[in-house]
Amino acid sequence: MSAAVDAPPRRAAWRVPRKALPQLAALLAILLLDRAVSPQFFHVGLSGGRLFGSLIDVLNHGAPVAMLSLGMVLVIATGGIDLSVGAVMAISGALAASLADSHPLPVTLGAALAVGLVCGVWNGLLVAWLRIQPIVATLILMVAGRGVAQLITEGRIRTFSSHGLAWFGGGSVLGVPAAVVVTAAATVLTLALVRGTALGLMVEATGGNARASRLAGIDTRAMTVAVYAWSGLCAAVAGILAAADILGADANNAGLYLELDAILAVVIGGTSLLGGRFSIGLAVVGALIIQAMNTGILLSGLPAEFNLVVKALVVLAVLLAQSPRLKALGLRRPGARATGATP
Amino acid sequence: MSATPDPVPLLEIRGLGKSFGSIRVLHEVDLLLRAGEIHALLGENGAGKSTLIKCVTGVHGRDAGTVRLGGRDIAPRTTEEALAAGLATVYQEVNLLPNLSVAQNLYLGRQPTRFGIVQGAAMRRRGAELLRGFGLDIDLSRPLGSYSVAVQHVCAIARAVDAQARVLILDEPTASLDSHEVEVLLGVMRQLAGRGLAILFVTHFLDQVYAVCDRITVLRNGRLVGERACAALPRMELVRMMLGRDLEETVSGRAVAEGATRERIGRFRGLGRRGAVAPFDLDLHRGEVVGLAGLLGSGRTETVRLVFGADKPDAGRAEIDDRPVRLHSPRDGLRHRLGYCPEERKTEGIVAELTVRENIVLALQARRGLLRPIPRREQDEIARRFIRLLDIRPADPERPIGLLSGGNQQKALLARWLATEPRILILDEPTRGIDVGAHAEIIRLIRELCADGLALLVVSSELDEIVTYADRVVVLRDRVQVASLEGEAISVSSILHAIAEGDGAASADAGAAA
Repeated sequence: MSAAVDAPPRRAAWRVPRKALPQLAALLAILLLDRAVSPQFFHVGLSGGRLFGSLIDVLNHGAPVAMLSLGMVLVIATGGIDLSVGAVMAISGALAASLADSHPLPVTLGAALAVGLVCGVWNGLLVAWLRIQPIVATLILMVAGRGVAQLITEGRIRTFSSHGLAWFGGGSVLGVPAAVVVTAAATVLTLALVRGTALGLMVEATGGNARASRLAGIDTRAMTVAVYAWSGLCAAVAGILAAADILGADANNAGLYLELDAILAVVIGGTSLLGGRFSIGLAVVGALIIQAMNTGILLSGLPAEFNLVVKALVVLAVLLAQSPRLKALGLRRPGARATGATP
Repeated sequence: MSATPDPVPLLEIRGLGKSFGSIRVLHEVDLLLRAGEIHALLGENGAGKSTLIKCVTGVHGRDAGTVRLGGRDIAPRTTEEALAAGLATVYQEVNLLPNLSVAQNLYLGRQPTRFGIVQGAAMRRRGAELLRGFGLDIDLSRPLGSYSVAVQHVCAIARAVDAQARVLILDEPTASLDSHEVEVLLGVMRQLAGRGLAILFVTHFLDQVYAVCDRITVLRNGRLVGERACAALPRMELVRMMLGRDLEETVSGRAVAEGATRERIGRFRGLGRRGAVAPFDLDLHRGEVVGLAGLLGSGRTETVRLVFGADKPDAGRAEIDDRPVRLHSPRDGLRHRLGYCPEERKTEGIVAELTVRENIVLALQARRGLLRPIPRREQDEIARRFIRLLDIRPADPERPIGLLSGGNQQKALLARWLATEPRILILDEPTRGIDVGAHAEIIRLIRELCADGLALLVVSSELDEIVTYADRVVVLRDRVQVASLEGEAISVSSILHAIAEGDGAASADAGAAA
């Protein structure tokens, strides 16, 4: 016993953690399936200084949901949920589109981000201070947010021609689409914020047992407000990407139902809706899995309606894979240590 | 008291036994309830009171024994069947619907109808009549939740009694009431007993027992200790029955505290919170162990929660090192170097899913703040140090703490606070639910910590334990501090005495007598 204490387990710096295997395997399987229906799937070319190909499409179109999942994973880790992210996307996109042609880019971006932050803080205050159930608290903004977005766009699709804002849709860095670069940077920033500070531990503790965490001296309220604020901010970025992609803001359709995709991405990433342990990286992988499915169905020539059915089946598969009862039925293990089969 | 008890028992429980899995929780318990009497069912935590009630009212099945009501064997399988047989139960948490009106609550599931339509007016009229019988004259169309908890309790009782109950079981109905509300409720109980109902009254408040009860049945560790007539049972004797101590037992092995010159760390004056604990004074010194004794529900946990800052006091002031401080949240407590290991280890202590290491560093990290994360290397070091120091097993810092035994979880929680280098450490029932070996270790730790200069405030139901380690024992009864025993005055019997009938003067006598 004491030997085990004295020698800390040596940890390889870059080793795929065991718990990431199911998600990575699923992503690989879906990509191979995509390859089967579309032989060109893995082909990546360079045109006009910009990479193109189905794989790049998956990354590019998956960016908004991946962006949303960065905030959603933290919210869910505290045991909450944020239904308003789709509406917040619409608000920030609408604001960015309406400011883009009359204001310098930093002002446009700043305003769009700020409005997302305000929305997030509002959600956080409702949940942390007024103790409204997260699903109800964020439902308010989910419904009202689209109205706000419509007010900003005055009820029509607001187009813009600012090259600065448009770069986020059509631009690229070293050939990589801007949306992918932004999302990757946001992922790194989120990881740094969460794992580089004590935030990760505190969020996991709060989600695992809020009462115990409060008694241990953690400011669980501030923690809650912070994660909703971050979710709002991420949604604002996603809204900017979505608006830049179509060179305009559509208050009715921007980010519509994307909150559900973001939640799905987080759940596929193995974070329990009950809160506690979470993985940012796997939530992003979850978002990519969803997009890989979407793209694959499009390429296969099947009607787009199949998308929803297939998505539903994947959700079912993921939830079943995580079900403790199913685990108990299939994989009753004698020891505490997992042997063989992946859960 | 109420009418002369009928000699023929109305409810007769004989030889009732119950096991959960391999654990025997009730052993051949007998209980007799006569019509027109109020009968107290008493016992400490884990005595089996709740299980007994649940076995009788059909919540649990029973493994052995008979239950006869009015001479007929009954074996209800659900609470509805029990109610139909005439057994009504009202729990501490009112099981009614606060958003419905009082009238709707009274007649829920048995509304008077004509042609299938609920007769609202008739319901309100009959309900008003019913409640007036209990001395309540309230608006029945208002939602139940808009009335006080006491009124809600009376409504629950009225509902139960109106449904032709012959036996009424009240499971800690007074736990969340203030003294006036308690009077109202006790009045209702007397009145019902006068009407010939048999009432089984579960409570922790001995004053209330002596105020209304005719007989007392005491359980301990799932066994019947005895049934006594209330008038013939002195308080002292009752407490001894409940705690199971012989007065001749342990006398303090401790010398008088080494002088009164100890450095005072914490000073609390008039600290109190309505509905939780009456204002109290408390001083904590370096290297001193203060024990907090009293029956369950006497306000011990409430007291220490106020001291730590887990609950906000609504009266009084706190001083640390003679400087006034605000202790209104656990963060305040942490900042002023207090630590608190709560009694409810699973719900308030551990974060089951996190590892032992993460659980240990949690409070320290909370004090350092978000932006100064403890480097992983340092976390490992802290975890390993405390695992070795407290002998936490298995000695694996990366194991989820939920997989550890109760005793080891307790040690890890202790480690969580020791890692913050506290000056005052509060332990609420530190030895509850842990095995004998770990028990002894925790006590050894308490002694060592105190020798290191910590001020310890320990809540415990184990009186012999308190006697062995405490320099001073503060005794609570019915949410009021009734005695403070020091040095040679500390003994199991003097504590028992204070719990039973203590006030300041009585406890001094007790100390001298012991």
